[in-house]
Amino acid sequence: MKRLQFMSIRVLQGIAALLVIATINFMLIRAAPGDPVSVMAGEAGASDPQFVAQLRAQFGLDQPLGTQLMNYLGHVVQLDLGFSYRQQQPVLDLILDRLPATLLLTGSAFALSILLGVVLGAYAARRAGTWVDSLTTVVALVFYATPLYWLALMAVLLFSIKLGWLPAFGYITVGSGMTGFALAMDIAAHLVLPAVTLALFYMAVYARMTRASMLEVAQMDFVKTARAKGVRPGRIQRAHILRNALLPVITLAGIQAGGMIGGAVLTETVFAWPGIGRLMFDALLQRDYNLLLGCFLVTAAMAVLFNLITDLAYTLVDPRIEL
Amino acid sequence: MTIKNGFWRRFCRNKGAVIGLAVLVIAALVAILGPWLAPNDPWDMVERPFLAPMGGPGMLLGTDTLGRDILSGVIHGTRVSLLIGLISTVVSLLIGVSLGAMSGYFGGWIDAALMRFTELFQAIPSFALAIVLVAVFEPSLGSIIAAISLVSWPPVARLVRGEFLTLRQRDFVAAALLAGQSTPRIILTQILPNAISPIIVMGSLMIASAILLESSLSFLGLGDPNAMSWGYMVGSARTVLLQAWWMAVFPGLAIVLTVLAFNLVGEGLNDGLNARADGRTK
Repeated sequence: MKRLQFMSIRVLQGIAALLVIATINFMLIRAAPGDPVSVMAGEAGASDPQFVAQLRAQFGLDQPLGTQLMNYLGHVVQLDLGFSYRQQQPVLDLILDRLPATLLLTGSAFALSILLGVVLGAYAARRAGTWVDSLTTVVALVFYATPLYWLALMAVLLFSIKLGWLPAFGYITVGSGMTGFALAMDIAAHLVLPAVTLALFYMAVYARMTRASMLEVAQMDFVKTARAKGVRPGRIQRAHILRNALLPVITLAGIQAGGMIGGAVLTETVFAWPGIGRLMFDALLQRDYNLLLGCFLVTAAMAVLFNLITDLAYTLVDPRIEL
Repeated sequence: MTIKNGFWRRFCRNKGAVIGLAVLVIAALVAILGPWLAPNDPWDMVERPFLAPMGGPGMLLGTDTLGRDILSGVIHGTRVSLLIGLISTVVSLLIGVSLGAMSGYFGGWIDAALMRFTELFQAIPSFALAIVLVAVFEPSLGSIIAAISLVSWPPVARLVRGEFLTLRQRDFVAAALLAGQSTPRIILTQILPNAISPIIVMGSLMIASAILLESSLSFLGLGDPNAMSWGYMVGSARTVLLQAWWMAVFPGLAIVLTVLAFNLVGEGLNDGLNARADGRTK
């Protein structure tokens, strides 16, 4: 069970990464302007020193920093991410409320970007040197240089405002009272623009990678051997070249997963998509640091999760996994 | 570094790179001469708000929601974008090259420790980290540059480590060791110059992503409040997109052009500095 061993090591590494991220998070909470106690004391309308000291003791803020860190990590392990004083709700509740929307958006964008990128890259590699190849390269270059949020705004301008094909904001039509299949289709229609704009940048990255990787693998000896023993060209392309060329693309996708999840802050902001990214933006506007850092921690956890998924995909494409 | 023979010939064979370089020269001129080129102060209300492009004398690109001249804003934004892109790239190159060089040169547990550290950093969603850093330390040119540098160095460290791992085994390093040269001297004067080409190429691509990152931060309202930037302009136009497309379109085009130019130049540098690739059909 080599795969099991490999994956369990990866899971342990992921957990270690999360603990370190939580530590960074703790330091940032300490560095954030506005000591939580003075904020609370301010909101309670009292600033007498005795009350503040009492609050400090209550929240463990009078203890040494190391103990505070341990307390914080203990809370995080129990999924207690603190309290948002602006929204008067536990941070975790706010985040869990938004989690499905974000997972739907980033998950579909992730799958879409890899699928489109690999197809486009493979197509370009097969016709290397022709105008199709050049066109793919140019398209990839342009998307690679376009800010995510601007692409999103331009998509709204074209497809929602000018053409009126797709809804631009939110994730369901408010007040329509749809259920079942109609509701699913409604959400899907709202999902198209955010998911596609989030995917296009990464699609460009993967297309370029796939193209380069396929051209490189095509030069290798085992491809010549396959050709020499008379394997059909289509099969060489798919089974010999593409499968091997996919490995660096999957590695890259794992690395980029964090970027895409972070990028969701921008898409969700533009499309008013009710996910964690949008929550993070609102927290930013309201200077709600507890919520902001909670969102950051959950975003990082999602990135670690996506990394694990790509690791699993890696072992499926390449059975000879090595660590 | 001496430029290798035929650098310009190979660079110029890449048409995209030449166009990119031309765009960058113009952008650099605009950044330097900005205050003299811009017809108006980018913060001043000079016309009525929501004026469409060409809607008034001298108002080529129209005005924004507060009646500020968009052309002047785009011109002034060039400086901020290029400045932040350049400085944060230099800083993250410094971090990445130092860590990567140590990792690749010393190997062993130093390498293992530094690489785990780098991987860990790469696991953190960089944009989210940049947001949190700038928000916690208050938006300013300094905090933005620090945040961008802090999230951009891991790929540099990995690249430099790889280069150092192979170069470390070469004969000229053994010769330098025999000659009794000190470790810092070998790293800086023997190995680093041989690894400089891929670092330069990566640097030019990093400027591009730093500009994108800065504009994204400003878009979310995390820009330096005293500097007019492209991202801020698009961000403040977001809510009025339906009425005024031009407010978001022009600053965005400026970003796309600049970032595209840096990417194209990066590819040209790669062709130019990589003499081994000479003659290979693309």
